Amino acid sequence: MNIAIVKYNAGNIHSVINALGRLGVKALLTDNEEELRGADKVIFPGVGEASTTMEYLRAHNLDRIIRDLKQPVLGICLGQQLMCSRSEEGNAECLGIFDVPVLKFNPQRHEDKVPHMGWNTIETDGKGIFKGFDKPEYVYFVHSFYVPVCDWTAAKTDYILPFSASLHKDNFYATQFHPEKSGSTGERILKKFLDI
Amino acid sequence: MLAKRIIPCLDICKGRTVKGTNFVNLRDAGDPVELGKLYSEQGADELVFLDITASFEERKTFTDLVERIAANISIPFTVGGGIHELKDVERLLKAGADKVSVNSAAIKNPKLIDEIALNFGSQVCVAAIDAKQTDEGWRCFLNGGRVPTDRMLFEWAHECCERGAGEILFTSMDHDGVKQGFANEALRHLSDELSIPIIASGGAGAKEHFRDAFLEGHADAALAASVFHFGEIPIPELKQYLCDLKIPIRL
Repeated sequence: MNIAIVKYNAGNIHSVINALGRLGVKALLTDNEEELRGADKVIFPGVGEASTTMEYLRAHNLDRIIRDLKQPVLGICLGQQLMCSRSEEGNAECLGIFDVPVLKFNPQRHEDKVPHMGWNTIETDGKGIFKGFDKPEYVYFVHSFYVPVCDWTAAKTDYILPFSASLHKDNFYATQFHPEKSGSTGERILKKFLDI
Repeated sequence: MLAKRIIPCLDICKGRTVKGTNFVNLRDAGDPVELGKLYSEQGADELVFLDITASFEERKTFTDLVERIAANISIPFTVGGGIHELKDVERLLKAGADKVSVNSAAIKNPKLIDEIALNFGSQVCVAAIDAKQTDEGWRCFLNGGRVPTDRMLFEWAHECCERGAGEILFTSMDHDGVKQGFANEALRHLSDELSIPIIASGGAGAKEHFRDAFLEGHADAALAASVFHFGEIPIPELKQYLCDLKIPIRL
């Protein structure tokens, strides 16, 4: 199987390559249009700031390429946020794959620390990358912005308020959490994505 | 619900874990990757690797080790020791570390915290603080508690938070190694005052001590070394115990 990872100015891309390596899959890190279009699956990871990252994607024509991909695509963390319509982080205009905005957490109580960092449970729809998930599972999150619950929510998490831990629409899948850092549960999710 | 985290800490010297362990089921307990993997399988929520040698020549050994850890372990890990400047942070993050902890270097040059947060985000910056109770209150110390500083714990923790640290790792030098429990009063003060997570360190000797760090100390995470290394408190047993007390824990 031919897996491509979108190469851009985001951090932490290597942890995704490492996680795939543990599953015995070698991925190609690329920003080349042919290679991205030709891959069986594409992963769009990322840790970073939304507006500067979107500027980079636009300057390299990657916004159009990602939007037009037809094979299964998995956005992770910032990747999920960038697939939405816009983000409150730096008032960024995003890819618009999911027509929902990305908002900043607004803590209500002192215990609600931001960023939301650590292991929290997801309640999934049991489909797609969560096939076979029938009870809440713990996964690892690090983020200060969130996607509200919407028509495309595939998994929900409650922190300050219920938000979209995962989205799904057609060939586009996304997670706010880091499957590559979520132990055996994360590995299961990555495997499901590879099996789609 | 966001889970309270259990974090084993491994001291590394020349690429090997020190302080030994009594895990009979490990081929090579001295190999930090093997030990880290075992902890991860047992349910550790994160790992901390502290390079206690950190002489100039040995930094490369540690960086190589960080690469191996990143390739083999599927949970987040923090590295510390020998971080003096932004270049060190960059090197370790590039090797695959999720977070770095800064201690002495930040007290000597507090701007380092701002620089890490600005360049890599607050989430990678753990401010480690070693403190002891003195007549004037909790004072920060350097070099494992040998060198007093002019910084007091609470004001320094506040400053770290304002400068952009993502977490505070607070070790009470009075409690460290004594195995009589964490410094819960100071922990609670930190946790209730600051808007970032607090990791309790120093003093774990029994399962109840973890319970107290969470319930009385309001800590977000608890770190320990020897009780895990010597199998005195198996992680699965600890987590089940905390879970039975209705403390949010990942099982």
